[in-house]
Amino acid sequence: MSNLLEATRVTKRFGGLTAVNDLSFSIPRNSIVSIIGPNGAGKTTFFNCITGFYVIDEGDIVFDGHSIKGKSPDVITKMGIARTYQNIRLFSNMSAIENILVGMEPRLHSPWFGPVFGLRGTKEEEEKANVDANQLLNFVGLRGKGDTLSSSLPYGDQRRLEIARALAGNPKLLLLDEPTAGMNPRETAETTEFIRNLRDEIGITVLLIEHDMRVVMGISEDITVLDYGQKIAQGPPVEIQGNSRVIEAYLGRGAAGSAQLSLKHQEAA
Amino acid sequence: MTRKEWSHLIRIGLLMGLAVLVVSVIGMVEKFNERALIVGYLTLGQLLLYIPALYAGYTSVPAGEHRAMPQRLLGGVVVGLLAVMPVILLILVASSWPGIRSYFVNISPNMVKILTAGKGVGPGIGLLAGEMAALGLIGAAIHLIPDRIRKPIVTAIIFTVGFALFSDVSLNIANQLFARKTVRVLFGTKGITPLATVIVFVISLVAASLWTWKGREAYARRQANMSSEQAKRSQRIATTVLMIVLLTLPWVLGVFLTDVLDRVGIFILMALGLNIVVGFAGLLDLGYVAFYAIGAYVTAIMTSTGNLGMGLSFWLAVPVAVVAATMAGIILGIPVLRMRGDYLAIVTLGFGEIIRVLVRSDLLKPVIGGAQGILNIGRPTIPGLTFTTPQHFYYLILLACLLAWFISGRLRDGRIGRRWMAVREDEDVAEAVGINLVITKLLAFAMGAAFAGLAGSLFAARVGTIFPNSFELLISINVLCIVIIGGIGSLPGVVVGAFVLVGLPELLREFDEYRMLMYGALLIIMMLVRPEGLWPSPITRREMHAAEENAAAVEAEHSSDIRAAVEG
Repeated sequence: MSNLLEATRVTKRFGGLTAVNDLSFSIPRNSIVSIIGPNGAGKTTFFNCITGFYVIDEGDIVFDGHSIKGKSPDVITKMGIARTYQNIRLFSNMSAIENILVGMEPRLHSPWFGPVFGLRGTKEEEEKANVDANQLLNFVGLRGKGDTLSSSLPYGDQRRLEIARALAGNPKLLLLDEPTAGMNPRETAETTEFIRNLRDEIGITVLLIEHDMRVVMGISEDITVLDYGQKIAQGPPVEIQGNSRVIEAYLGRGAAGSAQLSLKHQEAA
Repeated sequence: MTRKEWSHLIRIGLLMGLAVLVVSVIGMVEKFNERALIVGYLTLGQLLLYIPALYAGYTSVPAGEHRAMPQRLLGGVVVGLLAVMPVILLILVASSWPGIRSYFVNISPNMVKILTAGKGVGPGIGLLAGEMAALGLIGAAIHLIPDRIRKPIVTAIIFTVGFALFSDVSLNIANQLFARKTVRVLFGTKGITPLATVIVFVISLVAASLWTWKGREAYARRQANMSSEQAKRSQRIATTVLMIVLLTLPWVLGVFLTDVLDRVGIFILMALGLNIVVGFAGLLDLGYVAFYAIGAYVTAIMTSTGNLGMGLSFWLAVPVAVVAATMAGIILGIPVLRMRGDYLAIVTLGFGEIIRVLVRSDLLKPVIGGAQGILNIGRPTIPGLTFTTPQHFYYLILLACLLAWFISGRLRDGRIGRRWMAVREDEDVAEAVGINLVITKLLAFAMGAAFAGLAGSLFAARVGTIFPNSFELLISINVLCIVIIGGIGSLPGVVVGAFVLVGLPELLREFDEYRMLMYGALLIIMMLVRPEGLWPSPITRREMHAAEENAAAVEAEHSSDIRAAVEG
C-alpha cells in the first residue's frame, strides 16, 4: 500500500452539470501533491468529495485501505483526513485555543457527562488536550495569542490557526484549499516553507489546491491539472509547465494555438 | 442654533410627546396612577408622564456634541414643552368632546383629571406644561453636573424610585421585623411615606457617593493585590454568605413573596434548560413548553390520588417524568436534526402545539383528563414533613435550580460545551473537524428537555392541580425571552432574566393587562440598547465587542480612504 488515497473514476454531478468527471487520482504516502486548474475546474468540488461534504455519484475513494464513499464528514475526519477552506472558516466567536481544542475532537474520547461527575479520566484528558493545543499554537507561530478571539487575529494568523485546527486531530492527510490566497510574497514564502516542514518533520501527506504557480511548482512532487472536471494532465512540475493542453486550458485555445503557430513560423523561418 | 440642532430637538420632543400620548390613550397613566410611589406626592402614573420629558431633556443634545450652557438649557425647555403638546391636545379634545370615549375607551374624565392634577382644564394644562418644561430642563442640566457628583445622585434617585415601586418586598420584611406602628410610619398601603423616601434617598446617596469616590478604586486595588489563596478564600466566604441568604430567604420574605420566588425558580430551571439548547448549541426551540407539560403530566398521573392517578410517591414520579421528557426531547430531535434556523423554529413550534392539542383532546381524556385537568396531585413527603407551603417548595426548587446550574456550567466548560459552541458557530465546519452532529444536537435537546421535565414535575406538585391551559405557547415564548433578555448562553443572565420577566410582573400584578406590551417594549429596547442581554456571558460580550471593534476599524479605514481620496 504505497498510496494513502486512491480515487478511481470519481464522478460528481449537480443536476445537468458534471463538476467532477471520471477522475482517477492517487496520493502517495508522505508526498505533497497539488491540484491546479482554471476557476470552476472542479478542484474544490473534488475536495468536498474527499471530505464527505458531497456524496460522489460514481467511482470510489479509498483512504488508507478503507472506502470512504458515502461516509459522513465527521467519520472521514476521524479516519485521518483534515482540511482547511478557501475562504477561512474559523469558529469566529471562539478564541484561538478553543478553535484548536475543537479540532482535537477526533482524538478525545472521554464521555460527555465526565465533567458533571468530575471523572478523573476526563480531567486528565482535558489537561493534556490543553497542553497539546498550546504546543500546536506555538508550532504554527501563534505563541501567546491563545486567548485572542479568532476573528480578531490578522489574516495571516487566521490562515495559520486554521491549519493548526486541522492538525489538531492528528490527520494522516491534510487538504489545503488555497493556503496562500491573499498573502504577500513574504508570507507566501513562509507558508510554503511551513507546508514543506509539515511533511518533512511530522510526516503528514499534503494535498494542495493553489493558484500561485510559484508555490505549486516549488513544493509539489506531483501535479494534477483539472479542466471542466476532467483530468487533462498529470506529472511532475517540469512536465506540467511545458504541457500544451495545460497552457491551452489556462490561456484559451486561441492563445495556445497562436503560441504554437508562432513557434511554427519561427521554425519555418 | 442651527437648523440641524432645531430639527433634532423637534424630533426628540415630539417622539417623547407621542410616547406620553400613547400611554395616556391606552389607559396606562390612569391605571398606574392607582399605585402610589411616595404617598401623597408621586404616583407611578405621574412617573410615566415625567420620564419621557426627562429623557427628552437628557438626549436633547446628541451624545458627543457640545453646546454652551444657555443653549443646552433652552433646548431642554423646548423638548419638555414639545413633549407635552400632544397630550395637551388630548386634554382639550377629551374635555370638549366627551363622545370620544366611544372610540377610545380609556380616554375617561378621570384620566383628564389625572393629567390636569384636578385643577381644571386651563390651570391644569399650565401646570402640566410647566412641570414637563422643568423636567426637560433638569434632564438637560444633568449633563452640566460633574461626573463624580452626578453619578451618585442619579444612582440614588433610581434606587429610591425602585425601592418605592417594589415597596411590597421591603414591607413584607419590615412586617416581620418591626411593630405595626413603626411600619406605618414608613410604608403606605401602596408606596412609601415621604419620610421613608428621604431616609432611603440619603442612605443610598451616601452609599453611592462613597462607592463612586473611594469604594470602586479601593475594591479594584484589593482585587488586584489579592493572592490566589486570598481570592479563593473570599470566593468561599461569598459563596457561604450567598447560601445562607438563599436558605433563610423564605422566612424573611413571608409566604406571598416566597410563592413568587417559587414561580421564578421554576422558570429559572426551564430557562437553564432552554439556555443549553438555544444559548449553547444555537438551536432555536419554540416548542419547549411540551417537555414542561410532559414532566407535569407524568408526575400528575403517577402521584394523583384522584380517579385518574396511581397515587405513587413524588420521589418515584420525578425520575420517570425527567426520563419521559428526555425521551420526548430525543424523539423531537431526530426528525429536526437536518433543519436549521427558521425551519427548526417552526417545526419545534408545531411540536409544542401537538402536545398542547393532545393534552386537551377527547382522545386522551380518559387518561389525562382533557380540559378538566388532573386534580389532587400528590405532595412530596419526607419523614416528618409533607411539602405543602410555598416555603417548603422553595427548598425543593432551589435544590433543583442549583443542580441544573451546576450541570449546565460543567457541561459548558467541558468537551461537549465546546462541541455545542462549534455547532452554533458553523455546523458544516464542526462536522468536518470530527464532531458527530447527531449526538451533539440530540444531547442538547435531551438535556434541555430533562430540565424542563424536572420543572414541570415540580410545578405539578406545587400547584396540586394542572390544566391544559397551564401549558400554552406563551410559556415557550416567556422562557425564550428570559434567555434572550438575560443574556444568551449566560447562567447568571438566566437568573436575572427570570427575575425581571417573571418576578417583576408578579409584583406588579395589578398591571397584568399591560404585561405583553411591556414585554414587547422591553425586548425592543434591549435589542437596541443592550443586545447582549442584562448579564451576558463572556463569549457574547466578546462577540459584541469584536463587532464594534471591527466596525470601528472599517470606519477608520473608510475615513482614511476618503481622506486619501480627498487629498489625492
